[in-house]
Amino acid sequence: MTFGSGAMTNSIDEIGQAQVILVSGSNTTEAHPQVARRIYDAVDRGAKLIVIDPRRTRLARHAHLHLRLRPGTDIPLLNAMMRCILDENLVDDLFIEMRTENYFALRDMLLQVDPGQAAAVAGVAESDIRLAARMYARAQRSVICYCLGVTQHICGTGNVRSYANLAMLTGHVEQEFTGVDPLRGQNNVQGACDMGALPVVLTGYQSVTDPVALGKFARAWGVELSNRPGLTVLDMTHGEQIRAMLVMGENPVLSDPRQDHVIATLKGLDFLAVADIFLSETAALADVVFPVATFAEKSGTVTSSERRVQLMHQAIKPVGAARPDGQVIMALSERLGYPMRYDSEAEVMEEICLLTPIYGGIYHDRLDPGWGLQWPCVDRSHGSTQYLHKYAFARGRGRFEPAKHVAPAEAADEHYPFVLMTGRVYHHYHTGSMTRRSLSLMRECGRSLVEMHPDDGRRLGIGPGDPVRLTSRHGSCSFNADLTPRVETGYLYANFHFPESPVNVLIGDASDPIARIPEFKICAVQVERETA
Amino acid sequence: MRDVMTICCYCGCGCGLYLHVENERVVGVAPSRHHPVSRNNLCVKGWHIHEFIHHPDRLTSPLVRKKGRLVPATWDEALDLTADGLRRCGEKHGPDAIGVLASAKCTNEENYLLQKFTRAVLGTNNIDHCARL
Repeated sequence: MTFGSGAMTNSIDEIGQAQVILVSGSNTTEAHPQVARRIYDAVDRGAKLIVIDPRRTRLARHAHLHLRLRPGTDIPLLNAMMRCILDENLVDDLFIEMRTENYFALRDMLLQVDPGQAAAVAGVAESDIRLAARMYARAQRSVICYCLGVTQHICGTGNVRSYANLAMLTGHVEQEFTGVDPLRGQNNVQGACDMGALPVVLTGYQSVTDPVALGKFARAWGVELSNRPGLTVLDMTHGEQIRAMLVMGENPVLSDPRQDHVIATLKGLDFLAVADIFLSETAALADVVFPVATFAEKSGTVTSSERRVQLMHQAIKPVGAARPDGQVIMALSERLGYPMRYDSEAEVMEEICLLTPIYGGIYHDRLDPGWGLQWPCVDRSHGSTQYLHKYAFARGRGRFEPAKHVAPAEAADEHYPFVLMTGRVYHHYHTGSMTRRSLSLMRECGRSLVEMHPDDGRRLGIGPGDPVRLTSRHGSCSFNADLTPRVETGYLYANFHFPESPVNVLIGDASDPIARIPEFKICAVQVERETA
Repeated sequence: MRDVMTICCYCGCGCGLYLHVENERVVGVAPSRHHPVSRNNLCVKGWHIHEFIHHPDRLTSPLVRKKGRLVPATWDEALDLTADGLRRCGEKHGPDAIGVLASAKCTNEENYLLQKFTRAVLGTNNIDHCARL
């Protein structure tokens, strides 16, 4: 947003060569093991590791500095860090002058910041914040990795902008081993965004409101196109506007907040079709369910977090009567009077290349020898792009966007004294429809646990493994207790992998007003021991 | 037995791995030695990636709801019903009453086709996926 492109600026392998790594809101060891491996490699080589996380994750235990902030206070923490960088004159003046805009707005805002007060809001010692600021700013090669702990807040956009501000203030963007790296969750979440599976953009982030871009697609596809931005997933699953839905391999019943609303919306639809590999909780509500192929049963490209477009090869024929999703879409399109004729995935990709500047040279035949291509790759003569924003930001100049603290939508009180954060565990994936069907993974982690500090457990008479019931202002759900000092007293951590414990029933509808990301990381709850 | 090079379907790291195929079944997995991300290494999810592929819960035929229950149907029946359902909704409530969820698990080509279908055929920009979740 402030750089002009939503992707990792670096490659994963570069992280191993960084001098200072700042990891925020990412349980990297469990959620992105290969990135964590590079971080540990870098630490072995002498790099300094700063972790910003309310939980003492495994990565935090290896950190030189663990800033254990209160959830939702990234902005005051970063503003205090930047104020310190400003005070100690660690800013990169040349970079700011040559490559950025709106610096004075940020500086004016920072001059209003009282670091001591900001530190108190974040619940972190001011001296630690100063130490982090010096470590990050003084190194030549500093890299920031962040994940959903930063974005899944009511102020998620402000959080992301603050990290971008920090990187630009110190000129830690344009080089190898230096940048801002949002770690993407799913194997092709980057690709789905790149392909325009978003309500406001076509492929390659070309806006539907841009008449030139829209005209290009309208000509290529031979139809009139709507320039009215569409609805986000939250608006679709929590409202009255949608009357029919087509869902490809998503499971909003388990993944979205307010499960009761989602189920009511989906049940109230005139028509719901779901394509999935298993009968997911969402598919069970559908009028039509299509059995589709898994990744092993089809070919095509996926784009990883480091913008690497790679080719998957079909290993086996689709199981049973399953078909690849692409064939389902083409068959539906034909029935609705718009036949799409492609003989292969490579042919689809050729159309993508023609319409998408950042994918302009990513033809299938160039992907096979070697390990794919990293976009932007504008034409056939263009190679892979290892890191972004080398001479200029995607949007021209990087724009400083000052951000102010926004209090979380929910706070603990006497009725709901605990703050629950949600996330993932090492052995499972998202709504778990695949990993829960793996014997080995279920043996390692077969039930849904809620992490709680041993002191809280003792106070409430809850022992390890005891059944507990969590109740929020929105719903209630059962878990087994896992007593661990990974969380501080007063905080809880649970995952959403198990349908027996659909933690998202607890979460409210508050979301970031710009990105529409729900506030999954802060939810006030009460805890009671369940009598089994 | 043959080995097929592909990309892990779990997180965004994008590890390259080989699927071991025996009698049209995926029976095992090994990391690629030289892949720039996996470098001869996989996480626990990657090492057990073959286990869900042939799970007995796999959907093997299309299902349609009849008298409140999902029952097996032919592909033609399921596709006709869906095309009808979408067409009727568009005619009755306008294209913006239709919503489409794409998948961060599907390929680029499939996501491209789905957003093209949504925009060019259904006539709406109501397409999104779980990037926010």
